Amino acid sequence: MSLNNQSKLGGRQPMSLLEDQLRISGFGEVALGYTEEQAIAEAKRCLQCKKPLCQQGCPVNIDIKDFIGLIAEGKFSEACEKIKEKNSLPAVCGRVCPQEEQCEIKCIVGIKGEAVAIGRLERFVADHVMSMEREKVDCAIQAGKKVAVVGSGPAGLACASELAKLCYDVTMYEAFHEPGGVLMYGIPQFRLPKEIVKEEVEFLRQIGVKIECNVIIGKTLTIDDLFAMGFEAVFLGTGAGLPYFLGIEGENLNGVYSANEFLTRVNLMRAYKFPEYRTPVHVGNRVAVVGAGNVAMDAARTAKRLGAEVHIIYRRSEEEMPARKEEIEHAKEEEIQFQTLSNPLRLIGDDKGYVTGIVCEKMELGEPDSSGRRRPQPIPNSEFTIDIDTLVVAVGQGPNPIVTQATPELQVNKWGNIIVDEQTGATSIPGVYAGGDVVTGAATVIKAMGAGKIAAVGIHDYLIAKE
Amino acid sequence: MFKVLRKKVLSDTGNDRVVLLDIEAPLVAKKHQPGHFIMLRIDEKGERIPLTIADTNLETGAVTIIAQEVGITSKQLGRLEAGDYILDFVGPLGQAAHYPEHKHVVCIGGGLGVAPLYPEVKHLHEIDSHVTTIIGARTKEILILEEEMRKHSHQFYVATDDGSYGTKGFVTTVLQQMIDDQQPVDLVIAIGPIPMMKAVANLTRQYNIKTLVSLNSLMVDGTGMCGACRVTVGGETKFTCIDGPEFDGHLVDFDEQMRRLNMYKDKEKSALALEGCGGVGRCH
Repeated sequence: MSLNNQSKLGGRQPMSLLEDQLRISGFGEVALGYTEEQAIAEAKRCLQCKKPLCQQGCPVNIDIKDFIGLIAEGKFSEACEKIKEKNSLPAVCGRVCPQEEQCEIKCIVGIKGEAVAIGRLERFVADHVMSMEREKVDCAIQAGKKVAVVGSGPAGLACASELAKLCYDVTMYEAFHEPGGVLMYGIPQFRLPKEIVKEEVEFLRQIGVKIECNVIIGKTLTIDDLFAMGFEAVFLGTGAGLPYFLGIEGENLNGVYSANEFLTRVNLMRAYKFPEYRTPVHVGNRVAVVGAGNVAMDAARTAKRLGAEVHIIYRRSEEEMPARKEEIEHAKEEEIQFQTLSNPLRLIGDDKGYVTGIVCEKMELGEPDSSGRRRPQPIPNSEFTIDIDTLVVAVGQGPNPIVTQATPELQVNKWGNIIVDEQTGATSIPGVYAGGDVVTGAATVIKAMGAGKIAAVGIHDYLIAKE
Repeated sequence: MFKVLRKKVLSDTGNDRVVLLDIEAPLVAKKHQPGHFIMLRIDEKGERIPLTIADTNLETGAVTIIAQEVGITSKQLGRLEAGDYILDFVGPLGQAAHYPEHKHVVCIGGGLGVAPLYPEVKHLHEIDSHVTTIIGARTKEILILEEEMRKHSHQFYVATDDGSYGTKGFVTTVLQQMIDDQQPVDLVIAIGPIPMMKAVANLTRQYNIKTLVSLNSLMVDGTGMCGACRVTVGGETKFTCIDGPEFDGHLVDFDEQMRRLNMYKDKEKSALALEGCGGVGRCH
């Protein structure tokens, strides 16, 4: 395809992918990104709208039109700086944001053709600039007030970054041994290389953020301790760290994992390199994953790379799947089998207590329910069994309860999510702010980052008013 | 990095050496209460494993852990010496235990379970409970913390399977004797191998004596995130790391716990083989 012949309203620049065989035999990144030429050509498809609707669709309000304009002129570093005014993690967001339902869905080019590939362009400039020297934030950090950020996932990273740019003395606390939260333990290497997360964390260190791993706020230190240590505000970004299970018979059989456990073993603990790395994971020849969100796709594609035949089990049809289209397509390309309209009923195990099968029933879609999606109903006498060695349950997570249990005065809703003022991120405790999945329930990386940024502004206003 | 301040071999019979390590972790020491545990990872390639806290020292910031050298990580722990470092050490985790004052509590420890029982015995002694301690082991040589336990107990018994020390038999043999002698017991705390805790719970159930057990489930993060430590208690799924590690012994599904604990046995063997340990004995 010639770059010059492509009309603005035609198709977008394709992104090259890792070859099929290399994909499922290793953990190398699948989507390979744009070349400089491709990026410029894609950027030139942008109409530079007077009122850029794409920007409204972005949870962190990136000046999309401007950064794309800079790419079209070949000014990649400037484009990256433009993004970084609003988003400190472009290499991550360019890869994992659901652009098709945020910025790109609003793109005018998309009405008659394919929307401008905003996510791919964001990724391109971030990767392009990553090797170059980072911007330095020039301020006397020592003079700043101390703020604690709890959790080093997307919400915490975004909040810490904003506060550091405002010259606060920020310490970020992480329960695990490596910072990054879900970006490290959850999202697999082939979708988001860990080197990129590490690079982003390194950037935070460079702008003065202190990072303390192996500290669990609510256990090792309480929120009261933090205030006693001189922190004047606290941000809680502890995430959706409590897996939901199906509540069906046989769920505690050996070989049944939550997606969190399965992905943590493989991603953070590198069980795919067992026994060189000491954390084992049990993956047999046939794996089923229940659920059809992004986490389910990640788990399924991970199991595939560990050598298994993989089935996704989902009780609605493909149309209702919550995962990004691109992830579903990648999973299909990797020969993941989709058992849609199938509802798990119970698990079967052998006499040693290992899971050997999952019994499901077929479903059909009835009238729309309160969520607007057609309600799945069981088809009588339609039970069938899939033989499996491993089951991964990827049906969502609740908020991690440690901080809220240790801090009874922190108001939570009936699901245990922290209640905050949406405009500022303020919780029921003065000086304590929260954002991300611990507030909203499991959502996307970029939404958590948006919440982290809102809270950073909230904290800044609070600390100014306190003076 | 967390410094090893002290190392002591508590028992050594060849195959199941038990070592005590003091790790410098002042924040953990400060917050520790009976019932709590920690998670550690020795080095970059290591597993995260949970271990109960046997003691703390606020002056030195030391947290005492005790491990039996069975798996690859515990064997690695056994090779550490004072002055060495471990990479990650986090806690204290789990729900702290809450006990009644001025009651008769029978504390039962089996094998390595004596280690996590020790802070509980000490604590009960401090709050003026009447403490009866029964510790058990296969044989006299592998009994740990006897002197420490004795110091904080009003009544103290030992049971060994082979009769080499104390009563010949199991900890339940001694407990049954106490019940037969009509000693009123308000609470039993049993910590040890699953078959022992199950046997104690089965015995006390008959007499309706409230019994707490402490589970040593498989874990990855220890903070509720992974769900590896699932246990069925009274028909409900609980997470050992955030709901436990102590549970009502009469409600725990011990058979399921046993099964889950054995889940990676084959993998463990292959990891040991790689280390040249061949799955048996120690590697030094």
